[in-house]
Amino acid sequence: MSALISEPAARTTRPVGGGPVGLLLRSRLVTALASPHGVDSYLERFNPMWAAHDVRAKIVSIERETDGAAPVATITLQPTSTWRGHRAGQHVLVGVEIPGISKRFTRAFSISSAASGRGEQITLTIRAHDEGQVSAYLVREAQPGQILHLSQAQGEFTLVESPATPTISRLVFITGGSGITPAMSMIRTLLRDGYERNGVAHAGRKVTFLHFARSPEDQIFATELAAIAEADNGIDVHLRHGDQVFSEFELRRLVPDFKDTDSWLCGPPGLVELVKAAYDGDGEANPRLQMEFFKPSVARAAQPGEEVEGDIAFTRSGKTVAASGASLLEQAEELGLKPEFGCRMGICFSCTRTKTAGTVRNILTGEESALPDEEVRICVTAAAGDCHIDL
Amino acid sequence: MTATTAKTATNATPANADEKLSQEKYHGLTHAEIDQLGAELDALRLKVIADLGEPDAEYLRKVVKAQRSFEIAGRAMFYFPPAWPLAVASLSVSKILDNMEIGHNVMHGQYDWMGDPSFNSRQFDWDTMAPAENWKYGHNYMHHTYTNIVGKDRDVGYGILRMDEDQKWHPYYLGNPLWAFLLMTFFEWGVALHDLETEEVFAGRRKMFGGENAPVWRRIRKKMGKQVLKDYVLFPALTGPFFLSTLAGNATANIIRNIWTFNIIFCGHFPAGVATFTEEETENETRGQWYLRQMLGSANITGSKLMHVMSGNLSHQIEHHLFPDIPARRYPEMAVEVQEICERFGLPYNKGPLHTQLFSVFRKIVRLSFPGGTSKEAPVTGPKAVTEDSLAA
Repeated sequence: MSALISEPAARTTRPVGGGPVGLLLRSRLVTALASPHGVDSYLERFNPMWAAHDVRAKIVSIERETDGAAPVATITLQPTSTWRGHRAGQHVLVGVEIPGISKRFTRAFSISSAASGRGEQITLTIRAHDEGQVSAYLVREAQPGQILHLSQAQGEFTLVESPATPTISRLVFITGGSGITPAMSMIRTLLRDGYERNGVAHAGRKVTFLHFARSPEDQIFATELAAIAEADNGIDVHLRHGDQVFSEFELRRLVPDFKDTDSWLCGPPGLVELVKAAYDGDGEANPRLQMEFFKPSVARAAQPGEEVEGDIAFTRSGKTVAASGASLLEQAEELGLKPEFGCRMGICFSCTRTKTAGTVRNILTGEESALPDEEVRICVTAAAGDCHIDL
Repeated sequence: MTATTAKTATNATPANADEKLSQEKYHGLTHAEIDQLGAELDALRLKVIADLGEPDAEYLRKVVKAQRSFEIAGRAMFYFPPAWPLAVASLSVSKILDNMEIGHNVMHGQYDWMGDPSFNSRQFDWDTMAPAENWKYGHNYMHHTYTNIVGKDRDVGYGILRMDEDQKWHPYYLGNPLWAFLLMTFFEWGVALHDLETEEVFAGRRKMFGGENAPVWRRIRKKMGKQVLKDYVLFPALTGPFFLSTLAGNATANIIRNIWTFNIIFCGHFPAGVATFTEEETENETRGQWYLRQMLGSANITGSKLMHVMSGNLSHQIEHHLFPDIPARRYPEMAVEVQEICERFGLPYNKGPLHTQLFSVFRKIVRLSFPGGTSKEAPVTGPKAVTEDSLAA
């Protein structure tokens, strides 16, 4: 499988990180000298943008895409030289320290800018959800100059063609709401790395882009999409607003042989279900359709004292049990699992595991938490609804 | 039946809430009173946890910043031989801060709530021989769960000293003061090797380097290799002609740290008046009884704010053992309330200045090198405790 997008032709920012300083900082000598804390914990003291291994980024600018109850903003980031770049469609984990709480929250966001190289700027396009502390903070309160913690780019929802497809064949993108961001990265990459015809960037192939948004006011990238639709660039843009839901009939009219066309799908669960059904046909997953899911929503927590209802899924072992109110450790042991534990009273942290989704209650404090990817001590934590534990 | 109740009273389920527990171990408290004690300590715990936030995170970052500065300054000053004593002092302070106020406390999970991977108990490692993973098992789990239960808490004598009269005497213990001196000097090596559980090896129940000890030993070797390479090869070599003086300086800083940490730690559980427990006494113990054992099994050191910081607030050993996962900088404020609770329940609160506690530990080390029990000297505690204990004795 060859990557459709090779290394970007032109570097827009300084080519750093691979230089002699970077090589020295990552050398075995410096690693041994900085043991056990690592060279980054020393570099950081001098300048947060100096790093040998960690990835951090400075906010360059924040621009509003849409206003309203759940506004959307595009945040431009200058990563440290350790950023290895990304392939169009990938996402990144962003760690934010929210002032006043002093806790670092980590969330995944799709990258909306075209594929990047080492140390190059990227953009994230984020909707401020009511329940999303991090997204709301980034859209409404973050300021240019602030430092964020990043992972390297990750995810396999990328612009990679299927082996059977010649590079000039047609592509389809179907997105809903903020699911447009990874597709936007792909479209921008196609235009940047395509060819130029009469001074206009051309994707070099036929592309059908079908997007569903709540309303014209909620439409992200409206101006840019209008320009893309206008230009003679090979890309057909079809925007659907409000009550217009996806129909297989409409897709067939736009792309008669869509089932045999490399397609990318990203959006809310309702849209994903409809499109998947259209592609899969007789129940078998269509290999031409690539999907990116939003995190599955999980039933909300029971009130304290209320009967607990929900299932605990131990995702690594693939076992599920109805929540009983007992500790996650006890419930795992009832299933015959043997997770590591120590004191069984919450003091030694031997049993710490990651809760990937769902709501849990701390047995000692009664405090409930619904944060994704949260570390919990399973000996003093009980399910307060459906939850997923990495165990 | 009734004749045996006195001895096994602590095992009884708290069916009879008004029944008084043994005067010697539980200061004559009833089950109901111990439950009440537990509830009050739980309430204190919740109050502080709810209040954790920016000042705690800022404090930790400040200490880490200071530690890194001392370390960089110390390493740099070895290039200037006349500054050798300053370099050693600076590096010693760096290592003490790293091991105590930062390492010990971060690895207890006290700062996990910050969500910062550099201060996460599962990822942190410290500037000493003991690998984090081994140490967390022996310390956070074994020592903190089974505190002062002779035969279960491996920190009672560290498998090489006789620190409790319930440890059977053997001529080997005539060397108690010498062994203690050697352990103090090479404490970081001792702490690292402690996790091999050599007493189990000598009892023939486990292999020194094989079996379940294999991964433990592998981690020890790897960490020791890194520490030796850094302090005794690379940094000395980087100073070129001053190789030997840097080498000696690094070794001195490590030993100064060893002596300081040994002394602070030995004052935590071994001064006179600190109680030890048997496995039978602590079977089926309630949360309240666990709290009580932690209080009676620990001792505090009084002193200046600087002393508390340099000891990683382990000078508040009682509070640390009651609330091991709460950021240590909160212990001084919690100590005020814990002390008030102790007074109300008629419990001893063992505290004293460093020299008093040290002398008391030293006396115990010497006394227990000979057969027999401790000289039942008056514990260094509040006035109430002294009367209670002397009555009990």
